[in-house]
Amino acid sequence: MAVETTIVNVAARASLWLQPHRIVLIVTGLALVFAAAFFMRWDWLPQYYEMALVGLWRTLWILVVTCTLGFLLAVPLGLAQAAGPFWLAAPAKAFCTIIRGTPLLLQLWLLYYGLGSLFPQYPWVRESWMWPYLRQAWPYGVLALTLSFAGYEGEVMRGAFAGVPKGQLEAARAFGMSRWKTLRRIWLPQAFYRALPTLTGETVLQLKSTPLVATISVIDIFAVSSKVRQSTFLTYEPLLLLALIYMAITGILVFALGKIEARIPNKIG
Amino acid sequence: MIAQGTAPALKYTAQNDAAEAIHVENLHKRFGELHVLKGVSLSARDGEVIAIIGGSGSGKSTLLRCINCLENPTSGIVRVNGEEIRMKADSHGHTVPADRKQIERIRSKLGMVFQNFNLWSHMTLIENVIEVPVHVLGVKRDVAIAEAEKLLARVGLAEKRDVYPAYLSGGQQQRAAIARALAINPRVMLFDEPTSALDPELIGEVLKVIGDLAREGRTMVLVTHEMKFAREVATHVVYLYNGLVEEEGPPEQIFGAPKSERLKQFIRNIG
Repeated sequence: MAVETTIVNVAARASLWLQPHRIVLIVTGLALVFAAAFFMRWDWLPQYYEMALVGLWRTLWILVVTCTLGFLLAVPLGLAQAAGPFWLAAPAKAFCTIIRGTPLLLQLWLLYYGLGSLFPQYPWVRESWMWPYLRQAWPYGVLALTLSFAGYEGEVMRGAFAGVPKGQLEAARAFGMSRWKTLRRIWLPQAFYRALPTLTGETVLQLKSTPLVATISVIDIFAVSSKVRQSTFLTYEPLLLLALIYMAITGILVFALGKIEARIPNKIG
Repeated sequence: MIAQGTAPALKYTAQNDAAEAIHVENLHKRFGELHVLKGVSLSARDGEVIAIIGGSGSGKSTLLRCINCLENPTSGIVRVNGEEIRMKADSHGHTVPADRKQIERIRSKLGMVFQNFNLWSHMTLIENVIEVPVHVLGVKRDVAIAEAEKLLARVGLAEKRDVYPAYLSGGQQQRAAIARALAINPRVMLFDEPTSALDPELIGEVLKVIGDLAREGRTMVLVTHEMKFAREVATHVVYLYNGLVEEEGPPEQIFGAPKSERLKQFIRNIG
C-alpha cells in the first residue's frame, strides 16, 4: 500500500516536471549524444584512455596547487597594499601591476625559456639538490601560474581587506587583541568571506589558464588531446571531449565552492 | 567606611577612599594643527559613574578614547588601576604606547561600548561575547559559553545567541555589545555615546541596561547626549568645552545650579 502510494507520488511529480519544453530539450540533447556516439569515431579512446587520465590528474593538481599557493601569496600582497607601510605597499602594488599587465603566456615563457636556460650555465646549480626539479618543465609552469594567481588575487584581497569596517578592527584593539590576533580572528576571515565569490570565478579562470603549460611540454589534459589529434588526424572528437571535460571540472568547482559560500554568514558588514 | 550589606541605593555614592580605577592628568591631544584636548584631568574611583557631556567638537569622545589609547594622547598621564600607561615617541614624533603588551593587558580590563556597536559581523552573538574571554584572556571555551549565555540573558538576548548581528535591530546590537564588554569582567566600562546611533524608540532599552549596571555599582565612564539619563545615573558629571573641563560636580549641581555661563546655555539648548 505504502509502496504504491510512493510510486504514484513519484509518477505524479515526474509528470509535473516533464513539461513539453523540457521533453524537447531532453530529446535534442539525447539526439546530439547519440549522433556524436554513432557518427563520430571514438575507437581511439581505449588506446589513449590511460594517457588522458594522467593528463587529467596533472591538470587538476596544477590547478589546486597553484590556486592554493597563489592565494597564500595573495594574502600578504593584499595586506601590504591595504595597510602596509610604503616600502611594503609599493613593491606589492608593482608586482600586481606587472603580473596583471602582461600576458600569462609571456610570463610562462620568460620563466621557462629565460630563467630555465640560465640555470644550466652555473655548475653549482647543477650540483645542487634543486637541479632534478629545475631541469623539468612543470616547476616553471607551477611557478608562473602561482605568481599569476597571486597577482590577480592580491588585488582582490587588497579590496577585501580595505572593505572590512574599521570599527570592527577598532573593537578588537579596544579589547586588547594583539595585531596578529586581530588579523587572524577578525580581519582575515571577513576579508576572505568578502572575496570568496570573486575567488570562485578566478579559480574557474585559472582552470582555463592551465592549458598554457602544454606550450612548455607539460602533458596536461589539453596536451593529450593535441596528441590524439596529431596521431589520429581527427579534429572534432578529441576537442569535443576536451570541452566536455573542462565543463565538467568547472561544474564541480562551481558547485563545491558554492557550497562553501552558502555556509558563510551572509549580510557581512 | 563603605556601608556593607545595605540594599544598593539608586545612586551609589563612591567613598573617597575607594581605589582609583582611572586617573587622567593634564591630558593633551593634538590632531596635527587641531588642539582637541588642552589639559584635561579626570578621575574615576571604584563604583563611580562619570558622565562626560559637552557639545560636538568639545573633545569628549577623544578623551574617552585616550583612556584605552584608541587615540594616543599627545601628552599627559593616564593611569588605569594605578598603573600608568607608558608612552614613547615613534619615528614620526607621534606619541605611542611604549609597551604593546602593557597596553593590551590594560585594554583587556576596560569594557568599551561604541557608538556604532562594532560587533564582529562574521560571528554570532554568542561567538562575539566569548571571543575575547577565549582568545585573549584564555578562559576555557565551555566556561566562557556558560558565562556568555548568562550575560546575553541579562541583556534580554538569550534567544538570539546564534543570530548574526546584521539580523538585529540597533538596540539589540548595542545590548549585545554591552554583553560583549561585560564578558571580560571589566574593571571599568567605557561608553562612547552608546545611544547616539539608535532610533529614538530603541534608546530606552539600551539606557535601561546601562542604568542597571550603574545601580549595581559598576564603575563607568560614559560619554552621552542623554542629559536626563546622565542626571539619573551619574555620580559625577564633567562638562567639557573646547578641550577643557569647564565645570564639574555632582549631577544635582551641574544640572540644577550650573555656574558657568556656557554650561547654562548648553543645558538650555539641549533640554
